[in-house]
Amino acid sequence: MKAKKIPATNPSKALTGIEGFDEITHGGLPRGRTTLLEGGPGSGKTLFALRFLVHGAQDHDEPGIFVAFEETSSRIVANAETFNWNLAELQRKKLFFLDAQPTPDLIQSGNFDLGGMLAALGAQAKALGARRIVFDAIDIVLALLPDAAAKRREIYRLHEWLLASKLTGLITAKSGGEDASLGSQQPFGFMQFMVDCSVVLNHTVELGVSQRNLRVQKYRGSNFDENEAPFVIGKNGFDVAISRMLGRQDTKVTNERVTSGVARLDTMLGGGYYRGASVLITGFPGTAKTTLSGAFAEAACKRGERTMFVGFDSDGSEVIRNLSSVGIRLDRYAKSGLLSMISARSITGSAETLLVRIKALAREHQARCLVIDPISTLSKAGNELTAHGVAERLIDWSKSDGITLVCTSLLDEMDGQSKSGTPLQISTLADTWIHLNYLVQAGERNRGLSIVKSRGTAHSNQVRELILSDAGVTLADIYTAGGEVLMGALRWEKESAERVANEVAEVAGKLKLVTLDAEEAVLEVRAKSLQTELVAKQVEKTLLARTTASRQGALSRGRIRMQQLRGGDVPIAEAKRRKK
Amino acid sequence: MSRNLKFMFRLYVAGDTQNSAQARTNLAVICRDHLPKQHEIEIVDVLKEPQRALTDGIFMTPTLVKVGPAPAQKIVGTLNQTETVLHALGLRMEIVAA
Repeated sequence: MKAKKIPATNPSKALTGIEGFDEITHGGLPRGRTTLLEGGPGSGKTLFALRFLVHGAQDHDEPGIFVAFEETSSRIVANAETFNWNLAELQRKKLFFLDAQPTPDLIQSGNFDLGGMLAALGAQAKALGARRIVFDAIDIVLALLPDAAAKRREIYRLHEWLLASKLTGLITAKSGGEDASLGSQQPFGFMQFMVDCSVVLNHTVELGVSQRNLRVQKYRGSNFDENEAPFVIGKNGFDVAISRMLGRQDTKVTNERVTSGVARLDTMLGGGYYRGASVLITGFPGTAKTTLSGAFAEAACKRGERTMFVGFDSDGSEVIRNLSSVGIRLDRYAKSGLLSMISARSITGSAETLLVRIKALAREHQARCLVIDPISTLSKAGNELTAHGVAERLIDWSKSDGITLVCTSLLDEMDGQSKSGTPLQISTLADTWIHLNYLVQAGERNRGLSIVKSRGTAHSNQVRELILSDAGVTLADIYTAGGEVLMGALRWEKESAERVANEVAEVAGKLKLVTLDAEEAVLEVRAKSLQTELVAKQVEKTLLARTTASRQGALSRGRIRMQQLRGGDVPIAEAKRRKK
Repeated sequence: MSRNLKFMFRLYVAGDTQNSAQARTNLAVICRDHLPKQHEIEIVDVLKEPQRALTDGIFMTPTLVKVGPAPAQKIVGTLNQTETVLHALGLRMEIVAA
């Protein structure tokens, strides 16, 4: 499965199936030629060699022969049991182990050579159709030879035989270590010149941390990555860490957003983190870095995404318990298997080891979201230089695998003044950097959250107060008053003062309304009575008019009557009108 | 150990290479000097019978195997250190005693 990741199979090279190594050498070991693998005791030579054979037999239909000079084949097979290489199955058809350990009761008298073994191997290789061969711990058999000349002669014989047989050969030999005497070193020096490819495995301890390195010393007719590359013996057997190679395709970027688990934070980020982005949360101890990353993990699980939480500070169950106190419930996801809680306290070794383990675990879990809490632990394991490289590779890897990565990083209280970056300088690599801070004010320590950077998203420039409660994590606006930022109780005071003021205003408003209502009612009543009065007045007026008219009529009639009675003359006009 | 006991030897050689030829000669001399008429030698050429070397577990040539009498014994090399060889074959003590 992993072989498919390697760009192209070079016909002049034999893939080893060792992730990283095939990329360093651009395709594996030189085919039909001899490679020398040197390393101290316990540097992983046998494992490297065995992986090379197994990969050939399993994935390339190239049967192989393993000549064991040191360990017995049964022990080698037993030791490799943990790697799921299915050796028992392969041994039947495609893998042949030759136990060539000199027996302890072996008596030696005079010179001898490897002609017998090579003849036997030639026959076996033909029968098996072998294409690859490993001579493991050649130094053991060479040590039996009486003098340097004999050693050189046997190495030469072996080399000649390998060339003639057209097998891709791998010879392992101890270097340095116990028998570093000049006599035993010389033949290897000779071997170095003879072989076409030479690989050195190194196992050092730096500041108490084990560090394995691999270096290709020479490779005739091919270019290769000359630098030391850290490697780890892990679940897959052998993992060589390499930085991103030039020419490797860039991974697809997406505009998809994933929630941070805190609604207000999503708003601040303009919609959440980008899928596949790497997020860094920095802060002093106790600024709720774990809580924030836990919220992210919970949200991821809620979406049904496989998530892995790597905790360096506390055990998985502790993290779950602690987070449940702030309303982040991870237990059910951990139970259902959606969430994998890894306690990395138990993983020891160099930063490189940690990275490889995390990678292997994440692949195994098929994680889409990954939390590392805190990543600053990496810088404690081994020297900072390699740790920086590891952090770089971590981000690189998570990006290429499309994993959304949230890592927290502890800032020391001491260098808190210059929060220019973390020791790993991961802050420059991260896509989004959230900084958590304390604000000590009025006898309180409150948490403040701000977004230092967030690539590709418009983000809020404001500091928010991070509030933890049993209901969960929320962000609150902070108050600025008179150029000062108010948080915690001060913010609450300010808020409640405003609330009270509001209430007073509201009550006053209501009161005013009632008064106005009353006044209105009074006025209405008054208006009605006035209306009635008006009507009365009008009636009165009409009445008055009528009486006046009737009185005048009566008067005039009386006058006319009187005139008539008096026989007075009636004006013509009036007489006419009257006639009518 | 009776003087009449027969020593069965098997010598694995790789053709006529220098080491193998030397071993043959040395073995013949030892047998002549110390085990007259008391030995039987089988020569196995691993170049001709490679499968046999594989099944018998012979990887260095020349190798002398004392098949009998028990215990079986393996001696690797040209057998040029006669004392070592005699000692390994359990002949040294006997000769001293004799």
